[in-house]
Amino acid sequence: MMHFLLLFSRQGKLRLQKWFLPLPERERKKIVKDMTTMVLARKPRTCNFLHWKDLKIVYKRYASLYFCCALENQDNELMALETLHRYVELLDKYFGNVCELDIIFNFEKAYFILDELLMGGEIQETSKLSIVKSIEASDMLQETEQKRRSEHPSSSEIIQNTTCF
Amino acid sequence: MSDVVEKTLTALPGLFESQTGAAKITNRLRQLIKSITELTSKHEEENLIKRELSAIKEQVSSPNTTMKQMREIMVRAMYCEMLGYDASFTYIHAIKLAQQGGVLEKRVGYLAVSLFLNEGHELLLLLVNTVLKDLQSTNLIEVCMALTVVAQVFPKDMIPAVLPLVEDKLSHPKEIIRRKAVLALYKFYLIAPNQVQHIHAKFCKALSDKDPGVMASSLHIYLQLIRESPDSYKDLTGSFVTILKQVLGGKLPVDFNYHSVPAPWLQIQLLRILSLLGKEDQSTSELMYEVLDESLRRAEMNHNITYAILYECVKAVYTIHPKAELLEKAARCIGNFVLSPKINLKYLGLKALTYVVQHDAKLALQHQMTIIECLDHSDFTIKRETLELLFRITNAQNVTVIVEKMLDFLRSCNDEHTIIHLIGKVAELAEKFAPDNSWFIQTMNDVFSIGGDLLQQDVPNNFLRLLAEGSESKEEDDQLRLYAVESYLTVLKGHTSHLPQCFLQVMSWVLGEYAHLQESVDRREVIRLLTQLLDQRSVSSETRVWILSALTKIPEGQTDLILDLAESLSSSQDTVLRQQAQELRHLSQDSQLREWVLPRGAPWDGIEVDSSLSFLDGFVSEALAAGAAPYKPPHQRQEELCEDRALNLEPYSFSLPVSLSSCSITDRQSPTLLSVSSGLSGNSAELSQKAGSSTLILEGVKRVWGKDGYLPQKEATAPPVDEPSAAVQPASQQEAAERIEPRPEPSTQNQDKQQLASSLFVGLGVGSSVSLLGKSEAPPPRFRKKPRPHESSSSSGTSKRSSDSSSHSSRNTTDSFLYGSFPEEEPATSISTFDHTPKSTTANGLSQNKDTKEDRHANTSQILGGDMVIVRPSTIQDKHPPSVSSDLTALLPADLKDLPHSDVISLTSDPSLSLSSCRLFRDEALLLVIFISNCTETVIKDVAVQLTCEELKTASLRGNVMDCLEARSTSVCHYALLMDDPHTNVSLTGTVSYQTQPGHTNTLPFSGTLSTADFIRPLVVTTEEYGKLWLSLSHDVKQNLKLLTDAGDPLRTTLNALKDALQLHVVDIIGSEGIVACRLLSGAPCLLHCRVNGAALAMWLRSPHPALPDFILYHCQRALAHH
Repeated sequence: MMHFLLLFSRQGKLRLQKWFLPLPERERKKIVKDMTTMVLARKPRTCNFLHWKDLKIVYKRYASLYFCCALENQDNELMALETLHRYVELLDKYFGNVCELDIIFNFEKAYFILDELLMGGEIQETSKLSIVKSIEASDMLQETEQKRRSEHPSSSEIIQNTTCF
Repeated sequence: MSDVVEKTLTALPGLFESQTGAAKITNRLRQLIKSITELTSKHEEENLIKRELSAIKEQVSSPNTTMKQMREIMVRAMYCEMLGYDASFTYIHAIKLAQQGGVLEKRVGYLAVSLFLNEGHELLLLLVNTVLKDLQSTNLIEVCMALTVVAQVFPKDMIPAVLPLVEDKLSHPKEIIRRKAVLALYKFYLIAPNQVQHIHAKFCKALSDKDPGVMASSLHIYLQLIRESPDSYKDLTGSFVTILKQVLGGKLPVDFNYHSVPAPWLQIQLLRILSLLGKEDQSTSELMYEVLDESLRRAEMNHNITYAILYECVKAVYTIHPKAELLEKAARCIGNFVLSPKINLKYLGLKALTYVVQHDAKLALQHQMTIIECLDHSDFTIKRETLELLFRITNAQNVTVIVEKMLDFLRSCNDEHTIIHLIGKVAELAEKFAPDNSWFIQTMNDVFSIGGDLLQQDVPNNFLRLLAEGSESKEEDDQLRLYAVESYLTVLKGHTSHLPQCFLQVMSWVLGEYAHLQESVDRREVIRLLTQLLDQRSVSSETRVWILSALTKIPEGQTDLILDLAESLSSSQDTVLRQQAQELRHLSQDSQLREWVLPRGAPWDGIEVDSSLSFLDGFVSEALAAGAAPYKPPHQRQEELCEDRALNLEPYSFSLPVSLSSCSITDRQSPTLLSVSSGLSGNSAELSQKAGSSTLILEGVKRVWGKDGYLPQKEATAPPVDEPSAAVQPASQQEAAERIEPRPEPSTQNQDKQQLASSLFVGLGVGSSVSLLGKSEAPPPRFRKKPRPHESSSSSGTSKRSSDSSSHSSRNTTDSFLYGSFPEEEPATSISTFDHTPKSTTANGLSQNKDTKEDRHANTSQILGGDMVIVRPSTIQDKHPPSVSSDLTALLPADLKDLPHSDVISLTSDPSLSLSSCRLFRDEALLLVIFISNCTETVIKDVAVQLTCEELKTASLRGNVMDCLEARSTSVCHYALLMDDPHTNVSLTGTVSYQTQPGHTNTLPFSGTLSTADFIRPLVVTTEEYGKLWLSLSHDVKQNLKLLTDAGDPLRTTLNALKDALQLHVVDIIGSEGIVACRLLSGAPCLLHCRVNGAALAMWLRSPHPALPDFILYHCQRALAHH
């Protein structure tokens, strides 16, 4: 079970935080601080996994943004890495060529998408299609549903960027 | 600020003009974000946010703010909170938004709630009605949102309110709703397993749901359930296998593919479930061989996700009952991981190896060069993982090299948790495999100085116990002690200010106990060194106490030094030190007293601790007679102080039992106030004390963690106990060994690395390295823990089961490794509390036929007498049927005969002894009586019973050691067991050791489980007392139970059934309500209020103990289900 998921920038600015277990505010702040310092200090060509207390931290950098989550001991790190990737794919599909700014300015949307992917720290739905469908169903209620920049092809700059890491 | 952000911001206007609607709403947010990026200092940011927050504050309190504006405000507030600023004044508005807004506002409102409010936040209560309304909404999106928020933030005590509605959603026509409902229930299960116990059947429906998403979600619950009790879900193995087959065969919609791998998350989940089901169960494992094989075969594509599946697959293959062909394939897969240039895969490969070498250490040999490369890897994580692996393959021959590597790593490491974790392992290895005294002491010195005060307390404890208890040979023990003394004297002569407290404590204890062994050192020197420590500022007061105790033990004749010291300390501010100094002075002056208090060289076994402090009984009763308040355990005191703060969740109109309504009290706080006014006339001293302490404690008890909050649990680092079944496959192992042996080392390899390799991997497997040394088996461990007192009396040191209750599970496995070579070693018997299907029984039978030597040890478990599970050798069963007749109860001691007791059930037996047990219910304890019958015609000598249970306390025991047991006679031994914290079921294990002929000790293991129900006693109170007590209790749980309707009066029938099953006391039955009381032995009470509610029994439980109601409820449910 995932304990938390954090998105932060290369400068250590928090962009999104999701806590799947109740933690007091002070503890959360400490974790965010620990995570940003630990993850940002990692050198290139190191693996995407870390130990922190009795949890395992799995992180991945996508362009200027770090995706970082904490797992329990029996969880599969590689799978978590792909869960993060699926999240990025979803963001990409929703925003169309997603970049950090999309997430900064529409962070509540990013949360909504995450809520469809994960629930209670476990994967809820892996089908890209049905997640996007249910998000769009909620968005449809919006008075003027603007067309997402559909002219962009779905292959993402971010995802391509990461291949060089 | 980031260049990227800045650059992009200049292009922003264009970007945003293209957006409409939503963009307009987030206009203010955009401004805010933009202005933040333009700032240069943290200080400016603070000012800006402060301004922003005050603007928000103004807006939210204005009556003109529309819901739409409120939504935008809430997004800004969330942003401020994310930056780390406090916007708690908006929390209530978030709830309002969720309550009153349209769908879009609701969505933001719920999101804000889930981000702002933790489980346990008091504002959450205001959300319950909104959530209830939305759960019943016809709008799917609203239902989805409500389910999401329920799974995200609802605490344990709020679950009952929404549970029925969430349950209904399991049969909702829309799959997305069903899926979310299943996950919400999964979350409930994690928080409060008892509350969702009744819907297990519905989970089964979710598992067979036609929508794959719903089915996949239900697997989360099943994984959890199976992890807790694999035996009760064995019948589902076929279904899981079929599902996995279908997934592998591409039967799911393409939509579930991830990078053209079919539903990988689902596959991984299924593999985990299968490995839990197949563990130590041959017949179940056989069902899954085929699908595992296919899984291994299919995962060929070179993508991360296929490796994730492969990893899980390899683990499954090595967890279940082994099959040679599969093991070989899995081993080859590990090669793919370890040899991969991708570092993530290498990491996982190391982890897989770490797991696998526990079953087959030779696999590490194949990859030795890779392992050595990883050991020098620049990545910290990889290095640490490699050390984990090395830890698993350590033996007596490579221990020095491996420990050195670990210590090197630790010296350069500055992460506390890593240090604690690894240093414990170093200590474990040192104790297990130390080649000589000097190395051992030196290594432990390193452990103490590196680990310092971070060390788990059991490391120094174990070390000291090892020194104190020693082994069989006194000479060797003394040598070790002497070496320790010498080493510590050297350390103390150097710089001591940087030494950790824990090391100082260990040193002072050892010097105190054993300095006399070292005759060449002047005692005055030892005293001087220790006294010197006392003068140091950095030495904590706890350490000072240790040092003083040591000084108390050392001297004879050095009275002058001691008197000086006592004098200087007698004015210390620390009262404990002052007291000790006083004691020290007295002892040094009175040598007779000294001899009596501190007898030199007294055997350790002789010290008996009366843990119940019965010698104080007289004093206590005198004090009580003089009007002192009875002792309350700390948790009870805490509860009593907290209770004022507990929230009353009940609507005021709820009709309380008749007697209570006469008090006309609706709030829980009132009774305390009432008692205050009535107490004024009487015991005013106690009152003021209570009031005083309650004001003190208020700050400390902020319940930020919630009732069942997250408590990070130390994952047991223990490897699963070596399956004996691994030995069933000698053929494949030999094959593997042969494959390795002739493998020539590539000559291009670095000389150093080869050398390191040979020192690291020496002693692994039956390969060349060992035969070179001419040793066929590992040497026995140097430090063998001495058995505990009563064991040692009978088994002369060969008894193997460590009864050390404080040791972790890792210690247990350690011991089984340690003593693995002993011929009489009994394999650990597995106990199950659930019915064995006929299938598994035959499986056990089969394995017995295969290996006749193991016959005696192979056990089948059976349920007898409800809760007691008996493990006994099945082959013996025919010769000695469980002829446990009631006449055994006639053997009960006279003082116990009148107690209510359970049936006598057979525990275990072997050709010489048969064991049965009986539970006697005494008011303050559960008496477990064990009958030991000699079935032979000869006298059995030195019979000793040893019982272990971590959850229970043994208050007293009698008759557990006997010099001899006459032929055909039966002896009785009984344990008084106490339960301080309730557990659903506690399992206890034990052994009986005995000698049929001198020098040959047999051990007969037995095990059983006890349920909380055994520890429940009726609490006899009057209705008035019940009423008073009810109001003073804080923890409550509510649930609807089954009502037994087969007889005339359903309430009375149901209560009587419960009374019979659980020994409850039915206080009163009035109309459709009944009140019942019980307690946990003589401890915490639990009150039950039952009301007939249609076809169900509404049960409301209250207790000062937070967990007790849950357990009682659990047993009530079971009792009614069985009825």
